[in-house]
Amino acid sequence: MEQPNLKFIKEIVGDDKAFEKSLIDIIKQEFPAEASLFTKNFSQKKYTEASTNVHKLKHKISLLGLEEGFEIAYEFENELKNGNTALHPEFLEILHKIHLYLLE
Amino acid sequence: MDCIIIDDDATARLIIKQHCINSKQINVLEEFSSAIDAIKYLNNNSVDLVYLDIHMPNFSGFDFIQTLKNLPKIILTTSDRNFALEAFEYKSVVDYLLKPISKERFEKSLEKLVATSTVEKSLQKEEKLSDYIFVSVDKRLVKINIASIYLIEAKGDYISIKTNDKNYLVHSTLKKIEDKLPSNLFFKVHRSFIINFSEIIDIEDNSVLIGQVVVPVSRSNKSELMKRLNLL
Repeated sequence: MEQPNLKFIKEIVGDDKAFEKSLIDIIKQEFPAEASLFTKNFSQKKYTEASTNVHKLKHKISLLGLEEGFEIAYEFENELKNGNTALHPEFLEILHKIHLYLLE
Repeated sequence: MDCIIIDDDATARLIIKQHCINSKQINVLEEFSSAIDAIKYLNNNSVDLVYLDIHMPNFSGFDFIQTLKNLPKIILTTSDRNFALEAFEYKSVVDYLLKPISKERFEKSLEKLVATSTVEKSLQKEEKLSDYIFVSVDKRLVKINIASIYLIEAKGDYISIKTNDKNYLVHSTLKKIEDKLPSNLFFKVHRSFIINFSEIIDIEDNSVLIGQVVVPVSRSNKSELMKRLNLL
């Protein structure tokens, strides 16, 4: 089971520690708000809005090296536009993993 | 090269900005989380390049492209793989980057951008050169602005090129110069005369007035000349 990691971020930032810190700080700052907005829209069955939230979260999922997670998010985003929520549990699991990782 | 970055995602903006700084070729003037704010900025400022996210709430990257009249070069950024075909329908779009953007992919995109700019500059230069013709006068090659030529007359082994500023006597033939001139602007009205259409003042029977010169029109060329005129 893949876990969030900084491999991709390190590839992007190289040796620039300040850049790495800025990037992680923004993820830490934005992720909880974006995840919470998704949860709210999904619980209210606003699937189009929820799909937009997934789209935005998708970038962070990818940045944190979750390749399978990205594919699930990609599918889920498209499925949500049609009101299909089948991938919701798997997507929640991804969000949970990231949440725990960012708390470390 | 000056650019702006438009993306509703702060991490995406930061990554592009850092790549730009590292490249030392792209100067980031501003960054925007909303395309509408960027349009307001571009109403008063000009840039060479826009890094543009496609998927933004309320006003997408494609909306942005369709709204602006004078578009700078655009590099689209997106997390979606399926917009590529649509992206390249727009002339201003130079490249399409999938997020998150790696350093290598960003650099490749820059190479593409530079190559596109070089080709465009060279085309512009060619266009400018094609506005002129070089003729040999007294062992010198003289540059003449084609649009300034109103009449060319054959004179034995020479042709007389009459422009608004000066006349040139050149050792050549009407046929040779006719082949070098744009056919939409020039027309051979007689075996000894080529005229510039835009300089016609009036036409009477078998002659045409160009500037202050009355030029004969041969019978065989008159019907073609009349066809090409914007007749009421």
